[in-house]
Amino acid sequence: MAVFGRRHWGRRRPATLRATLRSIRLVAVVALLAGLVGACGGGGGRAVPALGWYVNPDNGGQAELAAACTAASGGRYRITVSTLPNDASGQREQLVRRLAAKDRSIALMSLDPPFVAEFADAGFLRPFTPGEAAGLTAGVLGGAVDAATWQGRLVAAPFWANTQLLWFRRSAAARGGLDPAAGPVTWDEVIGAAERADATVEVQGGRSEGYMVLISALVASAGGVVLEHPEAGRDARPALASPPGRRAAEIIARLAHSRAADPGLATADEESGRAAFQGDRGGFMTNWAYVYGAASEGVASGALGRAVLDDIAWARWPRVDAGRPSRPPLGGIDLGVSAYARHPALAVDAVRCLTTADSQRRYMLKSKNPAARASVYDDPEVRKAFPMADLIRESIGEAGPRPKTPYYTDVSAAVTRTFHPPASVNPATTPAAADRLVTGVLHDRVLL
Amino acid sequence: MLCGPALAVMVGVTAYPLARAVWLSLYSYRITDPAGRRFVGLRNYGVILTDHLWWSDVATTVLITVVTVAVELVIGFAFASVMQRTLFGRRFVRTAILVPYGIITVVAAFSWRYAFALDTGFVDHVFGLGRFAWFGQRTPALFVIILAEIWKTTPFISLLLLAGLAQVPGELLEAAEVDGATKVQRLFRVTLPNMKAAIMVALLFRTLDAYRIFDTVFVTTNGAAGTETVSFLAYRQTITRTALGLGSAVSVLLFMSVVLIAVVFVKGFGVDLARARGER
Repeated sequence: MAVFGRRHWGRRRPATLRATLRSIRLVAVVALLAGLVGACGGGGGRAVPALGWYVNPDNGGQAELAAACTAASGGRYRITVSTLPNDASGQREQLVRRLAAKDRSIALMSLDPPFVAEFADAGFLRPFTPGEAAGLTAGVLGGAVDAATWQGRLVAAPFWANTQLLWFRRSAAARGGLDPAAGPVTWDEVIGAAERADATVEVQGGRSEGYMVLISALVASAGGVVLEHPEAGRDARPALASPPGRRAAEIIARLAHSRAADPGLATADEESGRAAFQGDRGGFMTNWAYVYGAASEGVASGALGRAVLDDIAWARWPRVDAGRPSRPPLGGIDLGVSAYARHPALAVDAVRCLTTADSQRRYMLKSKNPAARASVYDDPEVRKAFPMADLIRESIGEAGPRPKTPYYTDVSAAVTRTFHPPASVNPATTPAAADRLVTGVLHDRVLL
Repeated sequence: MLCGPALAVMVGVTAYPLARAVWLSLYSYRITDPAGRRFVGLRNYGVILTDHLWWSDVATTVLITVVTVAVELVIGFAFASVMQRTLFGRRFVRTAILVPYGIITVVAAFSWRYAFALDTGFVDHVFGLGRFAWFGQRTPALFVIILAEIWKTTPFISLLLLAGLAQVPGELLEAAEVDGATKVQRLFRVTLPNMKAAIMVALLFRTLDAYRIFDTVFVTTNGAAGTETVSFLAYRQTITRTALGLGSAVSVLLFMSVVLIAVVFVKGFGVDLARARGER
């Protein structure tokens, strides 16, 4: 049989080969035609302009909105989503490189607010006209609009806004004899209570953007700023060597040397802090608004016990001084239209659709990220998913922005480098050292 | 004439970027501020060479290089001997030893990071260390980075040394044995001198490679806790800060360090690349 088989194959090979080649050609032609048809868009032969939207990774919420707005456009445009790297710095790096090369495939981009000034100053963003801006900012919480404005013009549309809250475990707070929900608490009180309860205070102390968020919010809550005249670019004046800057350093040093510090404080980010907070020694944590939604999902998927979720409570970001309201951090995502977009007018239309109150409401429910428009927080479904909706709205409204400068990355990296590791912070010397480094870096006099 | 096309490709992909980097290093220039570009001559080099960050990064890089290469040479030699002598399951042994080298460096670095991390890591648990933050301080962080490098690239050295071992004439070893030389004497008097060329080439390649370490540091500590290396410094100036002038100057200095290492090996230690390849 085997011999017969070989002969059989030997005799028939040329014909089989021809047949195979024919089918390969056929497949190739079909694939090419399919590609052409696809490029033309839905059957009518008229090309639907594609708007490339570069998004930060989320749980699919932005992709859903893109599909919804594509459908709502009635065939005028279609939004294609490309995902950027995980962390904010990586997202910025990729966008900067693409935009510096005038990449026309980017029409829309999801931008972290602190990078808006840099992108606008470099001419990467198409500013919105006053007419467009009016609609995009109507009913948007104040801090979010300010962060998206550069030199008096709206250069990005607030899509969602974020802030941090003081999250605490009721059981640990009770053991520590502190009730943050009863009224404003200070950092000193929180650290003291955690020590008494043998629990940790989780903050973002790793050398990354999260640490800068903490430092700026501490300085702002102490009544100061990281940078004076940030709009002066290279000639902005760092202002950490001031009473507010030293006060911020005091709190970081106190926490780092206290029993309430997590052993991994020097490498902690939002997610590692959240894991520790949900763990055995979790007591208090400053973290973004997604924490509660993420814990709820953890319970739904069985990864987290119901008791832990029930133990989680929230309050406003702690005060630095008892007599001065805190300025919680401001985060979120703004939508920018690329200056090199092929269809800028359509891109603006898409931004309008993506940032309507209804889009923001859907996004808030899907991705657990808070809306930038105030009215969304009154929605019953939102209030059910976010029992702390009013606190989030209030915190965003009174949040302190990070320095608004085209050199934000340099400022942030210089400050975090000097303040890292948290246990090395010395209130008498660290703020002044940070100021010197920021000035040197801005003028290319030192490495970073 | 015949090597013309190859020369053209080399000029295009190597000489041009190199010359461009040297040119850019004479400017103060940021991608995000093209209008602010200005010629500053050699000032960037002055800034770098007088900055203690450059020197501390050089020290870190040299430390990682020396320790990893030294340890890898010893372990690599042991592996090479095992690979050469294995009679049964030779393929299996060789494959097993070479597996780490086949893994992409970034992937390997992630697995080391996850193994030592506070939240996902098993190392603290296995060794009963409680919650020890490996990446929070310089010494333990460098320890993990060096360990990851050794694990990853020892197979490379052992491959080169295996080739060297194969070049040692069997009759010399037999003659030494007949003359009553002990195992240690045979190793140091016969085997090692006969494979000097292979050892030096392995050292040269690995030193050049180790000096440019980037991936493992990037993945594990992102340069924090005093683990920053020279390549990482170049990356941060160029990619993160988009300060192309300063970044190019760091890259040029890094390139010059690598050339220096090669020159020291080739001229100082007399590494003969042609002989090691058996061309002479």
